[in-house]
Amino acid sequence: MGNPLRDPRDRRIPRVAEPSVLVMFGVTGDLARKKLLPAIYDLANRGLLPPGFSLVGFARRDWKDEDFARLTYDAVREHSRTTFRDEVWQQLRDGIRFVSGEFSQDAAFDRLAEVVAGLDIERGTGGNRVFYLSIPPGAFPAVVSQIERSGMSKEAPGWRRVVIEKPFGHDLTSARDLNDLLASVFAPHSVFRIDHYLGKETVQNLLALRFANTLFEPIWNRRYVDHVQITMAEDIGIGGRAGYYDGIGAARDVIQNHLLQLLALTAMEEPVSFAFDALRAEKQKALSAVQIPDDPATGTARGQYAAGWQGGMPVPGFLSEDGIPTDSRTETYAAIRLGVDTRRWAGVPFYLRTGKRLATRMTEIAVIFQRAPHLPFNATDAKELGQNALVIRVQPDEGVTLRFGSKVPGSAMEVRDVNMDFAYGESFTESSPEAYERLLLDVLIGDPPLFPGHEEVELSWKILDPIEEFWSASGRPEAYSAGSAGPACADAMMARDGRAWRRL
Amino acid sequence: MKVELIDTTATTVRNELTRMCQQMGGLTTGVVLNLVIMTDEGDQYDAMRAATYAGREHPCQVLCVIARGGKRPRRLDGEITVGENMPGQMLLLRIQGELNEHVDSVITPLLVPDTPVVIWWPGNAPLAPADDPVGVLGQRRITDAAANEDPGNRLLELAAGYRPGDTDLAWTRTTTWRSLLAATLDRPYPAILEAAVTAEADNPSADLMAAWLAKRLGVPVHQEVSAGPGITEARFVTGDGKIVIGRPDGRNATLSRPGEPDRFVALHRRETAELLSEELRRLDPDDVYGETLAELAVAHQTTENAAGAIGLGEAGP
Repeated sequence: MGNPLRDPRDRRIPRVAEPSVLVMFGVTGDLARKKLLPAIYDLANRGLLPPGFSLVGFARRDWKDEDFARLTYDAVREHSRTTFRDEVWQQLRDGIRFVSGEFSQDAAFDRLAEVVAGLDIERGTGGNRVFYLSIPPGAFPAVVSQIERSGMSKEAPGWRRVVIEKPFGHDLTSARDLNDLLASVFAPHSVFRIDHYLGKETVQNLLALRFANTLFEPIWNRRYVDHVQITMAEDIGIGGRAGYYDGIGAARDVIQNHLLQLLALTAMEEPVSFAFDALRAEKQKALSAVQIPDDPATGTARGQYAAGWQGGMPVPGFLSEDGIPTDSRTETYAAIRLGVDTRRWAGVPFYLRTGKRLATRMTEIAVIFQRAPHLPFNATDAKELGQNALVIRVQPDEGVTLRFGSKVPGSAMEVRDVNMDFAYGESFTESSPEAYERLLLDVLIGDPPLFPGHEEVELSWKILDPIEEFWSASGRPEAYSAGSAGPACADAMMARDGRAWRRL
Repeated sequence: MKVELIDTTATTVRNELTRMCQQMGGLTTGVVLNLVIMTDEGDQYDAMRAATYAGREHPCQVLCVIARGGKRPRRLDGEITVGENMPGQMLLLRIQGELNEHVDSVITPLLVPDTPVVIWWPGNAPLAPADDPVGVLGQRRITDAAANEDPGNRLLELAAGYRPGDTDLAWTRTTTWRSLLAATLDRPYPAILEAAVTAEADNPSADLMAAWLAKRLGVPVHQEVSAGPGITEARFVTGDGKIVIGRPDGRNATLSRPGEPDRFVALHRRETAELLSEELRRLDPDDVYGETLAELAVAHQTTENAAGAIGLGEAGP
């Protein structure tokens, strides 16, 4: 029976999560404190969490409920996006529990199962559970099998969902192992892989831009597009992630998930609907059409940051970072030229690049159009005219830029590039929720379109594995100085194609 | 930057605004809507505050039209504020004399082109907002029945004059309640036999929520009077007992279901600024509001007829 009070036309009534228990592993991590816990509060404050929603933390610390509530409170006060309200906090606080234990302890998980079952009775959560694994992938097998052993994964009554964060493996084989592990305990539609980029408003807006307008789709193909650049530049180094990062590198860390997802959304055909299987089908098709360069030596580039100056501060090189062996060959910068072998995109290169310790922090998708076939101006008049471009700025300054030529005011005919700008910051300022807010709500509602499926993950590894293999056999990455735009070989890679990277 | 223009014309105001925007680097570009506030000196301050707050979510050009009563000569005074700690721009227009009959001629040239227009009457509004010379300029017309001396009757007027695009803050005030009620029925529940809404006397939001429940559930919905503030309780009577949401203090609510412990829910009464923000989020007609008004009018008619037939007035809502 449908809910008589819900009506799709009644857009004021928001989608509200079902009563459920969110069991969080790894509550003391940075992500939990800075993003997840504040996002939960923000959802509650916006009235999107149902009465009875409960949060259970599991960690090694010898804590009581109050201690975890304290941690949550501090995280909320410090990092929440919306204003703090006592009554909202009280509503959340009533449902906060903590279970202390090791992942190897059967007794601890039995206790967890009891606490969760108790919440069903106490708070009417109806057996619905979300397990959020904010823990290193090495701990997945232990936790997943404990969840199963303690009987918490059995569906009925209610549903079970599991949320995992990247990395989804480090190559095709390990990704399949991870998927097999999850599939042995959870149904495929219950596994939510979080790629927080896909929760960003601008990324979703890419779908609106492409499929809600008549203006862009006709030129979204090889007839008009010269090439596409997808960039995720970071100004920070690896920080405290040495243990994870060494041996993984920029391509596995960023290209495999974020950038290939952005590529899929840019290159895919129109899905028949935004239902998750329709959207996933199109993304899969796009990813399966991706071709890696015939010669990885000319179609890829790698770099490793050396000491330098970044934003007016001297910063150490990668090899001097704590926890990184001085002979590490891990790349901190990676650039790849990919093709998408479809009628729409044949011959249009997609350039993906990412790096740490670059000049600025910026993520964007730039669709660069071909030059006009003929310019009826004197050669000197349009000398400063570049290529038209549509740039989707994902962060930090979310929005869309359209770059085109315009006459410079004055008596001479002179054409120069100008920008037409749409800025989220200006237009829909405070309504823009954090990516994690959106994604958590989607998990609680059970709405998966924004989460990559395991097929997409595997396809991405199939693209990256041969390149990684080539790199591992071809010496050290080229050094680039921190605070620059990347290694010279990346510029050379573009120059060989007669193109250049957009300035960071 | 702020400029005052005394005894001026709309054209002068517009030219001055253009000049100021150019001087400050072309701020018009970020404006996503025109918000026209039709008010008087008394309500002006609160309305402008709410608009400034809402402007953070929806950068807009605010046109605040202040009608000055009494017998005065025709005059238009303008006050333009651009970029003072707020996105968008604000125009304060004081209007007196016979110009009050032709306000639309002042507003039209000042609207930002290619951008939706919303008209908001924080206090008294025309009988049928969509037939008003200023009302026709907006694709969205916001009234507030609660500002009227007889809110119940005011809703009936609004129902009679309803056109798609009308909306009322009394309806907006019910959103958090309605959202919670809808969430309550997301879970399996026993058949609902009847429902009730309790609120302080003369609360138009309670009238609307009761009509909405009656329309959606198809069961009798009673209205009961309490000391407030606002709506204090909503109740579903089922075969297995009552599902009750009570909010005695205007902030904290308790949800009770048969056989389950009571649960605490935050349900604070929102300020005008938040209500306005919600209103501006969607600019297409609110069909559900239209249906609810119609339901209200029909229910009223039925009660009238029944009272007329029996010859005695039943206890009204």
